[in-house]
Amino acid sequence: MGNSSPALKFVGLFLLMILLFWADVGLGSTNIALREIFAELFYKNSTVGEIIWNFRLPKATTCLLAGAALAAGGLLMQTLFRNALAGPDVLGLSSGASLMVGFVLMLGQTSIAFLALVSSNPWSQVIAASLGGVLVFVLIIAIARFVQDNTSLLIIGLMISAATSSMVAMLQFVSKAEDLQTFIIWSMGSVGSTNWQEVKILAFVVLIGIGIAVSQIKPLNALLLGESYARSLGINISSSRLWIVVSTSLLAGSVTAFCGPIAFVGLAVPHLVRLAVPTANHKILLPLAAMAGASMLLLCDVFAHLPNRTQVLPINVITSLIGAPLVIWMIIRNKKVSV
Amino acid sequence: MISAQQLSVGFRARRKEHILFDNLDLHLTPGELVCFMGSNGVGKSTLLKTLAGLLPPLAGKVNAHNKDVALVLTDKITATNMTVYDLVSFGRYPYLDWRISLSPSNIEIIEDAIRQVHLESLRNRKLNELSDGQLQLVMIAKALAQQTPVILLDEPTAHLDLNNRVEVMNLLRSLSRKLGKSILVTTHELDLALQTADLIWLATANKKIKTGIPEDLVLDGAFDEVFQFKGFDLKTGKIEHEAHRKKEVQLLGTGYSFLWTKNALERSGYRVVEKAETQITVFGESKTLWELNGSQFESLATLLAAISQE
Repeated sequence: MGNSSPALKFVGLFLLMILLFWADVGLGSTNIALREIFAELFYKNSTVGEIIWNFRLPKATTCLLAGAALAAGGLLMQTLFRNALAGPDVLGLSSGASLMVGFVLMLGQTSIAFLALVSSNPWSQVIAASLGGVLVFVLIIAIARFVQDNTSLLIIGLMISAATSSMVAMLQFVSKAEDLQTFIIWSMGSVGSTNWQEVKILAFVVLIGIGIAVSQIKPLNALLLGESYARSLGINISSSRLWIVVSTSLLAGSVTAFCGPIAFVGLAVPHLVRLAVPTANHKILLPLAAMAGASMLLLCDVFAHLPNRTQVLPINVITSLIGAPLVIWMIIRNKKVSV
Repeated sequence: MISAQQLSVGFRARRKEHILFDNLDLHLTPGELVCFMGSNGVGKSTLLKTLAGLLPPLAGKVNAHNKDVALVLTDKITATNMTVYDLVSFGRYPYLDWRISLSPSNIEIIEDAIRQVHLESLRNRKLNELSDGQLQLVMIAKALAQQTPVILLDEPTAHLDLNNRVEVMNLLRSLSRKLGKSILVTTHELDLALQTADLIWLATANKKIKTGIPEDLVLDGAFDEVFQFKGFDLKTGKIEHEAHRKKEVQLLGTGYSFLWTKNALERSGYRVVEKAETQITVFGESKTLWELNGSQFESLATLLAAISQE
């Protein structure tokens, strides 16, 4: 990406994000021109206006928020654990969410009367996912108070993921075929099922998460030197660790609640940003990662719409399919990847 | 300034206290370079971290403020994209708020720290492009940028070659003099410590620290007690060689060439004495030559080969 200054990359990435947002609104089973989009934004009584306001805009905004949240969360986890393989899901939050959603979808709909009642509520998946995420989060925070170092916390997060995943597998094993399919589709992620009310809640939580992350930029930078050095520079490690975990939980948890477990963006985007912009300063890395994550998910959503078809591919299928070659190409070009 | 009273250092594991140092009274003087020596695993790093406030003491107390002590540890720094300048600027972190914006005076302090360790030309180099010796100098610059009266360094010369070891120790000594800092260095480099330290802290077997100037500790045998040298004579500074050839040689000559010839002979198992039948003469101005039984040799290797034929 040349030797242009970070400021230029900032502007470039911002313009790219706007461009992809417009593309995501404009492209789909019906293609809408930019002029038309602007016209319909103010006279929303035609069919096209309906499509833009009720489907395309909430979906594109969800992509924007979810992409930014996941990439920022991934950056936080990679720095906290100084581990290139960490992502926003290492704490086990999305596994916890999966487990709860699994309970509602796979046991509820056709077997148990009470849960069937719950799952008929349109908010049931969101509430179940949030509940699962929060339960794992409380567990992680409780454990974090007793473990001394970040590596132990990482391993505990992975163990919680493993345990909940096996419970999900158990649920899948005993569930009925049609319930299983509903769950599998949920687990493939979706950005298109949110309404404005949900988008507002997502935006609120994501902004709080990003705000906390911004307040932790100094400790994040210092953590790159390791915990001992960070402490010798006057950083309060245990409180910073808590806030970083809280921020990531809000970011990853809210996205999983509304969109399902979206893979890859949180792991890959921070690496792409570090490879493209030679800096170790989170003051620059954090906003760039958020914008790059938003752009990435918007791009994936554009590709998820097959041309001239009403069918939409699940977002997880696309994120890895586009993301993996991109990361491989960047690594080959730059020879090395680490935190 | 830093001092400690009745300090006990160690760690707690499974509700049991493991005391490494007991009831210490310590203090560091401005402008002095102190080398802290002791056998492996005696707890040098633990004491260093306790003095720096990273570990709680088991008993007693350390009198130092958080902003009084700068640390250089053995932890390897692997951060991608981090430059020399970035790392040195971490030294200003204790003085910055969450926005971490560097004021002109902060920038001047960082530049000055980089100048002190002579790394101006490497300012924008990434850390993974530096040698181990350069990396150690960057860490020292970071410590200088913290502008603390005390700098504690854990094995700053480990993994460095002789040249870099000498450079680091000389730099530390001149910094302690020039800037009036108290510098404490843990090290295994006995020879280097003896020649550069103003004061030695020696970890003894009874969980205490013996302090003294290097020469006193050599002469009163304190080092021999702690390190239990095997085949090394500290008072002559030499490795002991067994005169396994049971042959005595008389050596005539002066200066360096005399000393190195003596070294070669002793290493090869000959005893060099005042008077013996076999006589070797070292001579020559620009090029050293050796004479044995009337024949001349141009190198020590050929000379040694000739003696062994006798």
